[in-house]
Amino acid sequence: MTLAVVTPYTVPAGLMDVLQAVLLVLVALGATAVVLTRAPVRQVIVLSVYGLLLALLFLAFQAPDVTLSELTVGAIVLPLLLLLGLAKVRSREK
Amino acid sequence: MTPGLRRWVFLAGMAGLAAFYLWGLHGLPGFGRYPGPYGDLINRIAVSQTNATGVVSAVNFEYRGFDTLGEEFILFAAATGVATVLRRLRGEREGSAEDEAAGRDVPPTSDAVRQVALLLTGPALVMGWYLASHAQTSPSGGFQGGVVLATAFILIYLAGQFLAFERFSPVDVTDAVEAVGAGGFAAIGLAGVAMGLSFLTNFLGLGTIPGAVSSSGTIALISFFVGMEVAAAFVLIVSEMLDQALLLRATGPGGRSR
Amino acid sequence: MHIFPFIVVVWILAVGLYGVVTSRHLMHLIMCLIVVQSSTYVLLLAVGYRTGAVAPYFFDVPVHTPAVDPVVQALTLTDVVVEAAVTALLLAFAIQAHKRFGTLDPQQLVQLKG
Repeated sequence: MTLAVVTPYTVPAGLMDVLQAVLLVLVALGATAVVLTRAPVRQVIVLSVYGLLLALLFLAFQAPDVTLSELTVGAIVLPLLLLLGLAKVRSREK
Repeated sequence: MTPGLRRWVFLAGMAGLAAFYLWGLHGLPGFGRYPGPYGDLINRIAVSQTNATGVVSAVNFEYRGFDTLGEEFILFAAATGVATVLRRLRGEREGSAEDEAAGRDVPPTSDAVRQVALLLTGPALVMGWYLASHAQTSPSGGFQGGVVLATAFILIYLAGQFLAFERFSPVDVTDAVEAVGAGGFAAIGLAGVAMGLSFLTNFLGLGTIPGAVSSSGTIALISFFVGMEVAAAFVLIVSEMLDQALLLRATGPGGRSR
Repeated sequence: MHIFPFIVVVWILAVGLYGVVTSRHLMHLIMCLIVVQSSTYVLLLAVGYRTGAVAPYFFDVPVHTPAVDPVVQALTLTDVVVEAAVTALLLAFAIQAHKRFGTLDPQQLVQLKG
């Protein structure tokens, strides 16, 4: 379906396809990196970067609301909670 | 079952699952060729029916408001669950924040972190408030605004100490705000019932300009209450985890703390 | 490009489940669960996408511009925030399990004692 109305935000369809393909590959690699990192503290940082990549992918899918949600939740709140849990577990193991 | 055997059993099962999943996804109309009538219908009629230019928020709080009420109660129950599971068990004592702060030797927070966190707290508050109150105009809404508001409180903890964070968000006040947020949403729905209409009808005036802050009736009001509830739920969860990590100390045999 | 996003969705699901099954630390398991949840977000948004369309917000474009599906975006939006709270509940359980059993290895936590 071709676009009949050109808005100020329209980019050529080929460029958007390339951007989405690159971001999809980066997200797949990021998911693999999150799973293969075994040390928990390091994995939290990788998870935060993965949340950022996901937010960029959602932006390329024309979903700004979901981008806002994923950015704040996946890159800030979840890593903070995980780090607090890790701190609690480590302080008991000492 | 040894780990190696478990890995091979998983790979066999996952191969079958992936094959079925891809076969099912192959039957979809392909990426980028959205055919369905529902999305186009909502895009066409939402602005004229509700005077809200943010169609996603109109779907969330108006066309699909009952499901959003259910999801908000999931959030409420999860926050209550965290507060219940992380309660003080038998055999633990909770030190006060001042006592625990005196006996710890942690490296002081670096100046760069403190200054940046201080600078960002005010804009984060304003941004969260803006997002929670503009659900019907632009990409915003109660859920995002609530999480950004909670982030502002977390920045207070990062910029200062746990004592400051505890003073700014006492547990009783946070509990009350969360309850008001969740109850307010349900109360708006019940107000519709009290007027003789069905639950969660948009009974306020729709306004004249599509996309203005005062337009679209109950959508803006519901988004405000949802923002309050989400912010309070996340602040409660973070403060419970901070209490666990910093305050609760186990008492070993004989009452000595470990 | 017609099926590539769906292949990525299945790959993320498979990788996340592999992490859950072969995990040796409860925190690692929770983070792999987060990865599995994220595959559903990508799937929902990929289903509703239309080539060459804009985001479904009409305060500066005319109303009849072709736009992507807003219903799946509404679903994904609430999903992201709610599952963060459920993950926090999982974390609370992990902390209490560590207090009770002294270990965070899921392969040693198999026996449930009363």
